Parts: sequence; structure tokens; C-alpha cells
Amino acid sequence: MELYQLTAHQLNEKIDKGEATPESIIASLDKRIQEVDHKVGAYVRHSEFRVQSSEFRVKGIPISIKDNICTAGYPTECCSKILEGFKPPYDATVIRKLKEAGLDIMPLKTNMDEFAFGSSTENSCFGPTHNPWDLERVPGGSSGGSAAAVAADEAVWALGTDTGGSIRQPAAFCGVVGMKPTYGRVSRYGLIAFASSLDQIGPLTKDTRDAALLMNIISGYEPRDSTSVDTAVPDYTKALVNDIGGIRIGIPKEYFIAGINPEVKKAIEEAIDKLKILGAVCKEVSLPHTEYAVPVYYIIATAEASSNLARFDGVQYGFRKSDQDMIEMYKKTRGEAFGEEAKRRVILGTFVLSHGYYDAYYLKALKVRTLIKQDFDRVFKDCDCILTPTTPTPAFKIGEKTDDPLKMYLSDIYTISANLAGIPGISVPCGFTKEGLPVGLQLLARHFAEETLFKVAYSYEQSTPWHSMKPKI
Amino acid sequence: MAIEKKTIEDVAYLARIELKEAQLDKLSAELKDILDFIDKLNKLDVKGVLPTSHILPLENVLRSDHPVESLSLEQTLENAPQKEKSFFVVPKVIE
Repeated sequence: MELYQLTAHQLNEKIDKGEATPESIIASLDKRIQEVDHKVGAYVRHSEFRVQSSEFRVKGIPISIKDNICTAGYPTECCSKILEGFKPPYDATVIRKLKEAGLDIMPLKTNMDEFAFGSSTENSCFGPTHNPWDLERVPGGSSGGSAAAVAADEAVWALGTDTGGSIRQPAAFCGVVGMKPTYGRVSRYGLIAFASSLDQIGPLTKDTRDAALLMNIISGYEPRDSTSVDTAVPDYTKALVNDIGGIRIGIPKEYFIAGINPEVKKAIEEAIDKLKILGAVCKEVSLPHTEYAVPVYYIIATAEASSNLARFDGVQYGFRKSDQDMIEMYKKTRGEAFGEEAKRRVILGTFVLSHGYYDAYYLKALKVRTLIKQDFDRVFKDCDCILTPTTPTPAFKIGEKTDDPLKMYLSDIYTISANLAGIPGISVPCGFTKEGLPVGLQLLARHFAEETLFKVAYSYEQSTPWHSMKPKI
Repeated sequence: MAIEKKTIEDVAYLARIELKEAQLDKLSAELKDILDFIDKLNKLDVKGVLPTSHILPLENVLRSDHPVESLSLEQTLENAPQKEKSFFVVPKVIE
């Protein structure tokens, strides 16, 4: 067993027993990255940087960070040409917390869709990431680099961000654990914003215990983030008990409709049976506005993105295309340095907010968002959590959906509602297709009920082998 | 919903994004597909439903009013594509 294969809690034990040191762990990871990252492409600029360079001081367990989370003095580019060379002057709150907890921030950022716009990590200015289980397939997105790095043992664990499924969907495609916390649980200070009312930072890990450990570190109030919530952070590892007797799980019928891959459906049904054996009480529930989640999302998320991306104007940071005229300078800078999907979303977002369309699109979407939230409120009155597939299909081929934005958007159909409702969700591995592609199981709970998710996920994990399977790269 | 090329041009100007002719055509077609899909929201009656712009019941969140350390001038200007002394340099905007 190589050190790079282990989870963070296993490495902690090794360090305590004197069987590993932070130096030996980073050396093992470095070796693994050199071996496989030219095939996987989980990290950006991996070829230009050696982990064991003199500027990197080792002191703890390393963690890998998505390219949209600010790391002081180290490039944070959102995988966009418009942030080329940007080195933030400060650390995001989550980075500060990780450092205070004694972790090493990997001096390599993980690949992502530009500004987190995408479901496949194909929209990166650094090129795509490949799924470690089948290099011809996407790792999912937008946190595809983080998920692939964890799955390929190129990272102990990683942070991603989730605006419409960008942690859970790649976790499912890569066979790892991914959690989107309750909106406000983890501070977004220092996260380069995509859609401010939906974005959350969360863990991508090899098992549920690591996800709980990481949530203990990154959760909590930040005075500089007015949307972070000032409530006590529980010790999430206390929820890791193998006992779900009597827990009430709702299965929404709207998630098992046409379009779901039969092998995914089968894996989920087997997981439901397993949870019943473990003592859970499963029953069918209804979330009637499910079909409206994707259209609502693509109005709200693009509207907020168009506003957030206004700051990339070639003045304060990043790329600039010079011109004598100010407006021409803005237009050329943004026209040249935003990728295709970024342009598409900023223009769609500007459109739905513009005079004459605001009421018909943006305001309408905000109202339907209320209905989607009420669906969940109703179900959580007599359910402790909701169980769904994380994605309708396993990982698709690279290039398969790049020509059809709408088709790409629909790959997030099961994850988007949680962001609109602000509730927490977790994806855990629940099997493989005949072709050997991982399938993910999603659990959702009411606001700030991450402990319920950990309890169910942990109990399921204890009686299944899926999380310990490794891809051959 | 059909979307005219002129509308896309206007919106692209509002968003300060330069588009080439071919990009305009492609975007018009793509946005039409996306808006057609979004139009399924019209099936829903939302009369009397209040909009949700933010999921948590947070209102008027303010910090206590005392000075804290902030970024230095050097740090603030560190990433500027063009700077001079203590300023960001931009094209002339006043005639």
C-alpha cells in the first residue's frame, strides 16, 4: 500500500504511529502526480511545478484546492484567460482555516470549467480533465479536477465548489464522496463568485469520515461574509455512527423518470434495499416542481454570474486588451479572454435582467424558486432525508455534449434543486456500471442537517465496498 | 422564443463583450434553444407567490463599526495590468 492511496484519517494514524511523516506523504503524492497526471490532467500547470520545490514547506496533511478559491501569492485563475497570472493578495476564509488546522495547501490548483460554468471540466483554458475510470470520459464538473485528483490518488482530499451540482456530480462520475453544505454553512469569502445566492464550498474525499473531518475545519461564521451563518459548528465526526434504525428516507418519484440510465436506476434501487435492511424506513414522496429546477437555475445562475463577472474588465487584475477607448477596451478584453460558455452565460444573464425581460424571466424564476423550496419544506415535515441518484447517467464521453449547451445543462438535473433550496447534499459511491463506471447516490436533508447526511452515508458506506475501489490508470 | 440578432448585439454591448459575426449567429441559435426550454416556466401560475432572492432569512447584516486592517496600496495594485504611482491606469474617459 502506497501512502498516496490512503485517506486523511488513515494518514493521521500513520503519522501518530511514526509510520509516515508529512515529508513522506508529499513525496508519495508527488510521485503519483508525476506518474499519472499527464493522463488525467487533474491539476493545472502540473508540468511547470514540482511539489518538492524549496518554496513549499511541509508541515501536515496536504489538501488540493480548486482554481476558483483564493490562495495568497499562488495563482488562482478560475481556469480563465481573463485571470491569467492572478495571484490573490489574501487567503480565502477556508484556506485560512485549513492552514490554522495545520494542513498544507497543495501548491497546485485543480482544474475546473472556466468560472465553474460547466458539468464536464471541458471548458477550462488549460484543457480538459480525464476521468480516472475511463480516460476517454469526462470527470464531471465543474470541480472535475478536484474529483479526479482524489479518485486517481493524486490528492489526499480536495475542496470544490457547488453552484448547481459542481461537487456532487463530479464526485458521482469519479466514484468519490462529495458534499455541498447548507448555504451559509461555509464562508464564501475569497471564493471567486459565480452565483452568489447558490455557491458553496465543500469537500471531495475518499470516504465519509474525511468529509466530516474537513467539514469540521471549513465550516463557520466569517464576519467578512454577510451570507455566512453565525451558528455553532457541531463535531461532524460524532454523526459517524453505524445506526440508521427508524430514519425516514423519502424517494422522490419525479427523479425516476424517462432519461435515467437503467444501470444507474438499478444501482440506486439496490442501495435503497440495502438501507432498508439497515433499518431505514423508505417511502415515495413527491417534489412536484422538479422539472422546473433546470430552467429556474439557468435564469438565476446566469443573471447572478453576469453581475459577478462585471468585475473582470481589464482594470484591476488579469488580462487586458489595450485600446484608446475605454468601452472598446472592456469589450475587446472580455471578448477575447472569456471562453465560449462564459460569454454564453453572461449574455443570457444580461438578457434575463434587461429591461422588458426582467419580469418574464428573472422575477418569474425567483417565484418558481419559492415553489421549489416549498416542495422540500413539505417533504422534510415527515422525512429526515431524501435519496436520489446524483446524476441520470454515468460519466459521458469527452466531446459528447460540447456542441449542445442545453444537453449539458440537463446533466445536472438531480443536483440543481438543492442549490435553489439552499439545503445540504452529499454524493456517495453506490456501485458501478457493466463498463466499470462509478454511480453516485445523493442524499439531501433540511438546512443545517449535515449530520443526518453523514449518519446515513456512513452507515451505507460501512456495509458496501464501493468507496474503497480504485481505478487502474 | 425567437431572438433577433439585433437583441443579442444590444445585450452583448450591455455586457461589454465583443462578438464576431459568426459568434453572433451561433449564439442567437443557441439562446433560442435555451429560451424555448426556459419557456416551460410559462406553464406555471405564480400569482401570489413571493419571489425568493435569498434562501436564508438574513436581513441588514452589518459588522460593528470599527477599523480593521485592509490591503495595502502595493497589494491592491499588485495585479493591475497597468498602473502608475498609486493609480490604476485606464484609457482616457474625459474629453
